[in-house]
Amino acid sequence: MRFLAFIIVSLTGALLLYGTGEFPDWGDPKSPASLHVSDYYIEKTFEDTGVPNFVTAVVTDYRGFDTMFETAVIFTAGLGCFLLLRDFRGKKERFYRHTPTGVILHVKDDKKTLTVGNEFEYMDKEWVPPDLINKTVCRILIPFIQIYALYVVAHGDYSPGGGFQGGVIFGSSLILLAISYNLKTLVKRVKEKLLGIFAAVGVLIYAGIAAICMPMGGAFLDYGKLAPLVPGDPHHIRALGMLGVEIGVGIAVMAVMVIIYINIVSEGKHDEGL
Amino acid sequence: MHWPIDIIVLTLVIFCAIAALSVRDLLGTAILFGAYSFLMCLLWTIMGAVDVAFTEASVGAGVSTVFFVAAIFRTSRRTKD
Repeated sequence: MRFLAFIIVSLTGALLLYGTGEFPDWGDPKSPASLHVSDYYIEKTFEDTGVPNFVTAVVTDYRGFDTMFETAVIFTAGLGCFLLLRDFRGKKERFYRHTPTGVILHVKDDKKTLTVGNEFEYMDKEWVPPDLINKTVCRILIPFIQIYALYVVAHGDYSPGGGFQGGVIFGSSLILLAISYNLKTLVKRVKEKLLGIFAAVGVLIYAGIAAICMPMGGAFLDYGKLAPLVPGDPHHIRALGMLGVEIGVGIAVMAVMVIIYINIVSEGKHDEGL
Repeated sequence: MHWPIDIIVLTLVIFCAIAALSVRDLLGTAILFGAYSFLMCLLWTIMGAVDVAFTEASVGAGVSTVFFVAAIFRTSRRTKD
């Protein structure tokens, strides 16, 4: 069986390698991909949209529908993770630590809960005390990562990056908080409801900006028609529309990344985990 | 002089891919997969697709490695096959 599988895999691989011989060379100006539309994008993007980075222009303006439904896919991924993994039953037993004495209490009855505050604190079953160096380094790093993420979102028109990357970086800064302290620190600061609302609002911002263009007399996603709504130079209106859309993508992606992480790592219970 | 770097990175990519398939420790596999993504990111940069490289670095090498580690944390670390 193994031998047969090996033969099949080798044959398929050989066929695929044989097929690559027909591909155009890397960067070949005569390849079909660069014959028809590429020239137009390279020459006309700045005239059309006023955005120097034409990857962003192609992604959010010329092919805005594609990115909108991509954001919807990300949202659906977060929703799917939530529906599959979220477990509302709560935990049967909990561990508490009496802070002044260091005594650990094991409460088996889930009706009885101790007030967590100055006297008692939660303990996870697989709890490891957070390392001081890790904690301090992450505490210093996290704000910088978040500022960098905002920069990536805001500067998407001029340099590589955009809503998707910025959102992922922002989400991973929150995940870093959960890893360096513990999951409860993150869940306490970023509420689950807020994350859900953010994920939906991100998609709504994108679809909303696209839909506002229609009563203004344009097609769906035609940012140029938004000019009367925004004061300032009308040449920048497409860039502003793209920025708004990118912010929506960033918010949605950030929320979904954190939702997926929390649900995976705590088995849907949102109380203890990595 | 793009070619030598190109070929070195491509060789490392293939090594990482084979190692990620053959290592039995799943945590090691996750980290090798992160290395694979990062090397792919380098390849995209060499080819001039900086936007794709940025996405690969943040999503492939960053967040998805963390998701794998989180999933391994909740399942088992050794693979059976």
